[in-house]
Order: sequence, then structure tokens, then C-alpha cells
Amino acid sequence: MNARPAIESRTDAGGCTEVPVLRERGQREVFCGLTSIIWMHRKIQDAFFLIVGSRTCAHLMQSAAGVMIFAEPRFGTAVIEERDLAGLADANDELDRVVDELLARRPDIKLLFLVGSCPSEVIKLDLSRAAQRLSRKHYPGVRVLSYSGSGIETTFTQGEDACLAAMVPTLPQAAADAPPSLLVVGSLADVVEDQFRRVFDALGVGPVHFFPPRRAQALPPVGPNTRMLLAQPWLADTARLLEDRGARRLVAPMPIGVEGTTAWLHAAADAFGVPAARLDAVTAAARDRAMQALARHRERLAGKSIFFFPDSQLEIPLARFLARELGMRLGEVGTPFLHRAHLAAELDLLPRDVRLSEGQHVDRQLDRCRAERPDLVVCGLGLANPLEAEGLATKWSIELVFTPIQGYEQAADLAELFVRPLARRQKLVA
Amino acid sequence: MQLTLWTYEGPPHVGAMRVATGMRGVHYVLHAPQGDTYADLLFTMIERRDQRPPVTYTTFQARDLGGDTADLFKAAAAEAYERHRPEALLVGASCTAELIQDDPGGLARSLGLPVPVVALELPSYQRKENWGAAETFFQLVRACAGPHAPPPGTPRRERAAGQRPRCNLLGPTALGFRHRDDIREVTGLLARLGIDVHVVAPMGARPSDLATLGEADFNVVLYPEIAHSAASWLTRTFGQPSTKTVPIGVSATREFIHEVAALAGVDPAAVLADEGARSVWYSRSVDSTYLTDKRVFVFGDATHAIAAARFAAEELGFKVVGIGTYSREFARDVREAAARHGVEALITDDYLAVEAKVAELQPELVLGTQMERHVAKRLGIPCAVISAPVHVQDYPARYAPQMGFEGANVLFDTFVHPLMMGLEEHLIGMFREDFEFHGDAAPSHLGHAAAARPAPEPAAVAPTPVAAAAANTAASGPTLVWSADAEQELKKIPFFVRGKARRNTERYALERGVTTITLEALYDAKAHFGR
Ligand code: SF4
Ligand code: SF4
Repeated sequence: MNARPAIESRTDAGGCTEVPVLRERGQREVFCGLTSIIWMHRKIQDAFFLIVGSRTCAHLMQSAAGVMIFAEPRFGTAVIEERDLAGLADANDELDRVVDELLARRPDIKLLFLVGSCPSEVIKLDLSRAAQRLSRKHYPGVRVLSYSGSGIETTFTQGEDACLAAMVPTLPQAAADAPPSLLVVGSLADVVEDQFRRVFDALGVGPVHFFPPRRAQALPPVGPNTRMLLAQPWLADTARLLEDRGARRLVAPMPIGVEGTTAWLHAAADAFGVPAARLDAVTAAARDRAMQALARHRERLAGKSIFFFPDSQLEIPLARFLARELGMRLGEVGTPFLHRAHLAAELDLLPRDVRLSEGQHVDRQLDRCRAERPDLVVCGLGLANPLEAEGLATKWSIELVFTPIQGYEQAADLAELFVRPLARRQKLVA
Repeated sequence: MQLTLWTYEGPPHVGAMRVATGMRGVHYVLHAPQGDTYADLLFTMIERRDQRPPVTYTTFQARDLGGDTADLFKAAAAEAYERHRPEALLVGASCTAELIQDDPGGLARSLGLPVPVVALELPSYQRKENWGAAETFFQLVRACAGPHAPPPGTPRRERAAGQRPRCNLLGPTALGFRHRDDIREVTGLLARLGIDVHVVAPMGARPSDLATLGEADFNVVLYPEIAHSAASWLTRTFGQPSTKTVPIGVSATREFIHEVAALAGVDPAAVLADEGARSVWYSRSVDSTYLTDKRVFVFGDATHAIAAARFAAEELGFKVVGIGTYSREFARDVREAAARHGVEALITDDYLAVEAKVAELQPELVLGTQMERHVAKRLGIPCAVISAPVHVQDYPARYAPQMGFEGANVLFDTFVHPLMMGLEEHLIGMFREDFEFHGDAAPSHLGHAAAARPAPEPAAVAPTPVAAAAANTAASGPTLVWSADAEQELKKIPFFVRGKARRNTERYALERGVTTITLEALYDAKAHFGR
């Protein structure tokens, strides 16, 4: 496993792009799109996310965020009350008042998102008009945008997609004759971003921009010479809107695991005419380090079976990593939503006999999981302890979106997240 | 519209879930979008429950709206019944479904299920979690026990001679603050009095148990926020009296014993003669002298806030400098309690208002919820949690009731532990020049994390009222300087009060326009603030 293959163009087609998918409808045990605010508000450091919703939405946010945030958070909820339901004009006035109050208290805010919820959608509160109105009012200090994170329209990570899609029209236009630039799309932990930037610099790939930016004013330009590389699998709308503005998507798997990261960097290198040998040389040390670190975890994971409940859309890239680099056996791989085009490179790499499911009927899926008795189950927080009590080892899926997992230096950390629950079970004797 | 950053209570359907999850043989079909399933994790993660809450969510999506959401509800209810075979089915709507007005009750009844269907009307845009729990419990009790009610006006049957008195314990739910342990403590107390517990509800009860509630002689209302409406209905319908005293603290427990003994017609003398409350003696022990007049701020649900304030004042000798609650339904009770302590009640569900109050009062101890724990941490004030909202550490592995005599022992430890230990405080004072006891050492039992003085908020962030207040008291303004001798004198003050002395002196100086704090000014301020 330590013999590192040299990087060359991929030829091994013949994965599972055509594999059948079990489509399920029933109770979905997943978060709504609001939940992605938990990492988005940390990523864009001068943005505030104002949910226009109900007490439920506010409660969801604080339950999902737990006690991670001690300070006054950069998100909040304008809770719709009985009187707001009486008349819409009233609700708009109320919203304006709440925004004034908020901005007066938080002069550090440069970008305000009005985030729609199920109640605001159902009562047809027009947040895009409200955003325009408020943008005019608070110009130039604060820009106001809107998107929907409602549970009737978005699942968990789709909230980030909707948020970034709302920002696309505000990106500056790159000149038609500008030199090619690389746009990495999808939020990554700052530490991962910095690592990738160093690799791109070493390769001579650039200029490189990351979207979302860390600060609201540092918006990346986009135009016909923009090459975009998706860093997350949940960006259907954002990618489409960027393509509409001329960006060209580079086909690559997600930068997860050594193999995924290499292929991802390879796509960028190719697009910028960097020879494979150069990529090989630049990444050699990091790949060696990662593969050595993975070998240790492979011993504990190889041959073990794993079952994914749908959660973040990261399931397929993770399954690919666990199967190919750690030798795990894939049981059912559930995903809330399967974007075949964006995941084509991932699907190619999956074993032919993988069982994919899309959507959810949680009770039936639990029945299948119990019948299968996998060695490890990846699932949400509502299911984890009940499954543990039934004797199944679980890994909380939410940790996989909050932890830096992309890139060479994080590959072993990611593997370790799957090792830990199994190792823990071996230790406990009582 | 109200701007909310953190909330004390969830929506009312979460209250309904607390009732359903505490019970057995009940299933709740909730018309709600997918994101609302987050509520499951409250039970499986915070309370570490080993089963999923008995809740089916319809998880309708945008494409279902304006068409088949009603069919979706019916299908979900029918399937949930088939799969779980409950004795009673609860149905209702979350905030979003309330707006689409599908009438879950009517839809479920049209299925003709062979079990009672209890339709919950929980107005999400007006009410909150505790109200939702109370309403759900009341509706369930009425649906299950109602058919067994005697005709109005029937006199209560006398207890047969030789039969032990029986009562119900009403109020404990899933996700409650120490409900699990309170049940055990109060059941034990009643047993020693010769009183049997007939049904505990909602926690652990089945609908078939609720049907027999009327057979008990009286009801013990453990948590009025949840059980009050059900208990009054039982009084009206079955003529069952219910208790008024919540047995938190030694005095309240004694009153409770007298109250139930009278209701049951038993003699409390033997139990009162052998209480087993260590807290009473500990409080009289000389090391507790340092507890006298410790300034404490109390906030929580009404029941726990009132009880904690009373225990703090009467059984620990603290001084209650503020009390408040987020339970608007019980605001009157809290106002009365506040009047007894000579302070004004803070009735709010805005945690920023609570934070501002704490910053203003600068108490030496905060007794509150998980929210106040964060506030207190930020302000560098010791804190103990006395009420929901809870977090995972509020479900200790050990037995830790709040009620009864053992509960009083737990309260003693809980309230006193965050403070400096008396003896240790004394020793540090005596040996403060000794290197091991140097003034900057934190008390050993608090670890290095305990700051005696709040770190001033960085000026760049959030000029909230709190940050502003903190900035005032921290007085990092450039105009104020300490003279060398005053600074030297300040160092001689034990570190655990030094922060306060510094703040008070600076406030005193600022208010009088003094720019240099001299030895004189230090002692003037000390005299001014001395109690
Ligand atoms: S699913 Fe809808 S109502 Fe529920 S928390 Fe999400 S946005 Fe709010
Ligand atoms: S409708 Fe709104 S207020 Fe009612 S429970 Fe749902 S979120 Fe809370």
C-alpha cells in the first residue's frame, strides 16, 4: 500500500455510473438547509444570517449548534408571531424594524442574508424584495441578500448551495480577455484552503480564488476564463449559475482521501497546462505522508462493512474513499440527493455492486440496516444512540461536515473518525 | 416579529414530544417538514435515550404543497399505527403545517383506527414548549380518564378501612430537569409515610394507566408548569385534591410532608424525626460562615427559580439580589417570590436582558439555566444550573434529585461547590505571602479555568448592552490611573475579591471624576460599597 503510483491520466473507466438507485419516499430524518448556517457564518466572517422563521427554526439552530458558540453568534431568527400572520404589509414593516435593530447593534456586519424558512415560504413573504429594499436603505455599508434554507425546499447542505447561489450575481465580472483563473467553490476550513493554495502556488496554477470568500468584500471575479473546481458535492445551483456567467467546470472527484485529492489537483493542473510530472513532484511528500498515515488505519478498517444513512451528500465521496483507500466493504450508501453530473467522477470509482439509495423512508431503511448488521453505521444524531443501544457501532455524520477532512494532510484524520467508534468498542469491557 | 438569538423554550410541539417520549404505548404523528426532525436529537443526545422518540414526521416538501399534504398525513398516520401499534395516537401540526391547515385530527379520525386519537391544537405562533407539554398531558388525561369519570356531583368514595392511601405523581416528562431522580426521591418519601404511588405520569405511564388516575386518593403535582391543568381537571372531575407545595429544600419538604400527611390521613411525626438532611447541619457548620450574604442571582422556570431562591436565602444564608423567569404563565408567582426577597422580578425570554441584568448586579453566584451558565462564564461569575433548558451534563450518571431531603443535600453541594471553599479561602488569606498560596493562585478545586475577574470583551465586537456594561466596569479607559501605593494595597486584598474591589474602586472613581486612584480613594470606595 505504500508504493505510491506516479500520477498519470486516468484510464480505468468502468465504475458504477449506471448503477441502479433505490429511490425512497417517506419520513426523512435529516436537517433542513438552515443548518448549514452553522459553518457558513464562521466562514464568511463579516456576514450575518437572519432567519425569518418560527420558534422551531430558532430552536433547531441552537440544538444543532449545541454549545459550540459561546459568544453572540452571527446568526439569529426573526420569529414570526401571531400578529405578523394577520397581514403581510405588517410583516414587512416588522422585518425592517428587526433589521434596523440588528444592524444598529452589529456595525461589524457587512453582508446580511435574509434566510427564508418553511413558514416564510408558506405565507409567501417575499424576502428577495425585502432584501432589495433593505439593501437600498443600508447602502453602502451593508449589502442584503436573500435565499431559502427552508426544509420544504432544502436538505442540510443544500442551504450552502442556496446561499452561494444568492451571492453569484454579486460577483464582479472578469474581463473576457482576462488570463485563466481558478475558482474553488464550496466552503473549506481555512486550514485546508491554505494548504491547497500552497499547492496551487507551487504548481504555478493561478490566480486562485475561493468561494465563499472569508470576507464579504473579497468577492472573486467570474467570467469566461474562469475554471471552476467544486470542493463540495452539494453545489448544483451555484455551479449552474457560475456556468451561466461563463465559468467552466473541471471534472474531478471530491478532494477527499489521497486518491480524490490527487485527481482533484490533477484536474486543475491539466486545465492550466501543468504536466503530470510536476504535480507528482510537488505533491510527492504530502502523498507519502498521507499514505503512511492511512496504512495504520487501514489495518483496523479493511474488511469491515459500513452503512450510510443520507445526510450531507458527502456519502458517495466518503464511501469511495473508505472502499478504495481503506478496504472497507460498502453496504447501502444513502444520499439525500444524487447529482449524477457533478458526481460522475465519483461514481466511476465506486465498486460495481454498490447499493445506492436516494431520498429516505427512515423506518424501512432502519429495517434494512438491522438486517444487514454492518460493522459501522454513519447516521445523524437522532439515530446514533438508539442504534448503539441495539449493538451497532455508529459514526455521527454531522462531524464529517464540521471537521476539516479534505486534502492530503487531513486524509488520516478522516479515516481516524471511522476508526474511533470501533476502537472504543474494543476497549470497553464493562 | 421578535429577534431571537437563543431561546429558553422550544415550540409547543416539542413539549408534546416530551410527554409522548416520557410515556409508553403512545405514538405522535406530527405534520412537519424534514428539518423539524432535529427534535429527536434532544432526546437521544442530551438525555442519552436509547430509543428514538415515538414520533413520526410527515416531512412534506414544497412539491407536496397545494395538493396531497393531507393524503401524505393520512398515509403516515396509518403506517405509524401499523408499525408501532400504540394504545393511543397523538396527532398535530408544527408551525409550518399549522399554516397549511390540514386538520390532522379530522384526517386521523377518518382512518377509523381502533385506538383513541388525541388531536393536539398547539398554537405555535403564540405558545411555547412548557405550555405545549401541559396541554398535551391535559388532553391525554382527559381522553383516557374521561370515560371513567363519575357523574358530576358524585361524592368521593371513602377509602376502605385498612387500605393504604394512594396518590398519583404528576408532571415528570422526558427531557426534564432531574425528573428521573425526583420521582425516586418523592416515591421513597411517600413510602416512608405509608402512602403508595398509584400512577406516575406522564413519565413511564401508558394510556391504560392514565385511565385509572381517578382511583387514587389525591395527586402530587411535582411540576406545576406541566401538571397544573391536568391536576385541576382531575380535581373537578374526580374530586381529587392536589398538592400545592413543591418539595425542593428542607423547609419546603417539611411543608410537603405535612400537606400529604393531611391529605392521606397519616401521621408524619416519624418521618420528620428522621429527615436525613445533611444540608441543615452543613449550613450551621462554622466553615459555612463565609456563605453569609453571598449575593446570588436566580433565573429559570418558575418552580425551580422560586425554590432555588428560597433555599439560597433561608437554608444557605445567601442574599438574593435578583430573581426571574422565562415562564410568563407563572410570572405572578415569581413576582410574589421576588417581593419576599425584596427585589424586583425579571420576567423575560430574552437572554440578552438576563445577561444585562447579571452584568449590572455583579452577583457572586448565578443560579440559572444552561443559558445563564454561558452568561456567567463570560462574565467570570460562578454558576450552577438549577432548571431547564438543559444540556447533557444535566443528566448525571449518579442519583441527584432536586426534591426531598436528599435533594436538599444535592442543592447544598451544587450551590456551594462553585464558590471558594471556606477553609481554603481562610488559609489563603492567612498565608497569602507564602509561595504556595500566592494571591494569583486559583482555588485548587476550580482548576485554572476559573477567572476571578471577567476578561473584558474585546472592544471591537458587539457593543451590546452587556459588552458596554462590562467595558464600564472594567474601566480600561485611558484616563484612570492607579497610584503605586494604591496598586500595592490592592495586591494585599485576597485575589478572589480583588477583581471586585478593583472594579468597584474604578466605578467609584469614575462616578466622581477622579482620575488617579490613591490609597485614600481605595478606602473611600471600600467604605462606600461595604455592606
Ligand atoms: S424545517 Fe422549516 S420550519 Fe423546520 S426548522 Fe427548518 S426551516 Fe424551520
Ligand atoms: S409554528 Fe412556529 S411557533 Fe409554532 S411551534 Fe412551530 S415554530 Fe414554534
